[in-house]
Amino acid sequence: MNATNRTVVVTGIGATTPLGGDSASTWEGLVAGRSGVRLLEEEWAQDLPVRMAARVAVEPTESIPRPQARKLDRSAQFALVAAREAWADAGFTARAGEDASVNPDRLGAIVASGIGGVTTLLGQYDTLLEKGFRRVSPHTVPMLMPNGPAANVGLEVNARAGVHTPVSACASGSEAVGYGIEMVRTGRADVVIAGGTEAALHPLPIAAFANMMAMSKNNEDPQGASRPFDVSRDGFVMGEGSGLIVLESEEHARRRGARVYAEAVGQGISADSHDIVQPEPSGNGIAHALQNLTSDTTLVPAEIAHINAHATSTPQGDLAEIRALRKVFGDDVDHMAVSATKSMTGHLLGGAGGVETVATLLALHHRTAPPTINIDELDPEADADIVRGEARELPATGRIAALNDSFGFGGHNMVLAFRTV
Amino acid sequence: MAATQEEIVAGLAEIVNEIAGIPAEDVKPEKSFTDDLDVDSLSMVEVVVAAEERFDVKIPDDDVKNLKTVRDATEYILKHQG
Repeated sequence: MNATNRTVVVTGIGATTPLGGDSASTWEGLVAGRSGVRLLEEEWAQDLPVRMAARVAVEPTESIPRPQARKLDRSAQFALVAAREAWADAGFTARAGEDASVNPDRLGAIVASGIGGVTTLLGQYDTLLEKGFRRVSPHTVPMLMPNGPAANVGLEVNARAGVHTPVSACASGSEAVGYGIEMVRTGRADVVIAGGTEAALHPLPIAAFANMMAMSKNNEDPQGASRPFDVSRDGFVMGEGSGLIVLESEEHARRRGARVYAEAVGQGISADSHDIVQPEPSGNGIAHALQNLTSDTTLVPAEIAHINAHATSTPQGDLAEIRALRKVFGDDVDHMAVSATKSMTGHLLGGAGGVETVATLLALHHRTAPPTINIDELDPEADADIVRGEARELPATGRIAALNDSFGFGGHNMVLAFRTV
Repeated sequence: MAATQEEIVAGLAEIVNEIAGIPAEDVKPEKSFTDDLDVDSLSMVEVVVAAEERFDVKIPDDDVKNLKTVRDATEYILKHQG
């Protein structure tokens, strides 16, 4: 049973994002080039330097009953919504064990968050100051712990092979998927539900990111504010939501007759060791991850047709990524349709890698690269085939692969590769 | 003004409804918080804090473990309310 190098496939997809309450409506929004960014109407936002964000399109409390929702941090609520969709999409009809096609002892759950239950932590601190210690909710600890979403998803599906929460800032969601791929590949589990979630729309994180000059202050044009690769980009727009997928050994998926979206080929990982927040500007750190991807997996650069770029709309980061792609793939970059979906979803921080994994898989599935919106004038240094304005068809036949890039404060570089089967 | 037994049961029913989502009419004296009303150990702390505020009573942590049923809580509050 425990082989060391098993083929891993993706059999389920789920998401709740600023573009839609599930993966289908999210995909529809991405292909249509719709922005999920809005002005924040809340009173607390009015004095902030940044007054826009990409809130989820559908509140999680529409599907999670109140008694359950009030014990879950918003980030865990998002993860639960995405998990339920992904689990059902994979063809499972009940929790592991109750659905006999999956053994709970062979099921893992890996759900990452960049920040954890920050709105719970700060909200309960307000309660402590205003009403005293007795009124601090007894649910605070399981709500604020960063592994809360993973643990709640694990409980939901009955995962007993291991529940994990990798944390690497904005690379967290992709690191979770990579961890899941390894868990199945090496035989620790047959099925893993993996991805990321984030819910950090609160004045403190917004003020903190704004003060480090990482966020766009283009409040006059919220829907045009997230503009990766445009010459006038001035930082990211914060988003919230979750994206999770079901990873499975090919053998297990075949045995139960599951629909397969793609092969999860593997991952390339590196660390910049350059600066705590600035990307290594030449792209060498990212290039190292791309080189590891091609040397550690069966991926061939010639088959890469699409890249979901990390591209957050910051002046430095967007170019470092393109330089790295050119450095490693050379002329092959010319046949890779590069999309920056953060132009529409905003930047979901630890949720980004999960949602963009979903976008990457759906791009392969539909053989369509979503557009990058808001590029009025392409940065001349962005030397790649960037999909601008409108969605573009990918090669209709033949085996194609796609990458999902994710990088995080701290110098974490994660690249995931998927391939049609 | 001290609450009557009926008022306390009705108040606890509202609190349990708010916290666990159980319909207020199902919250009866003989019901167990954990076995019948979906109030887990952490949520029980919430019920206690809400009851303390509503009925002006202090319920020390050591006494909470003795409050198994709605009747236990009602009698405790009747006896200790300010």
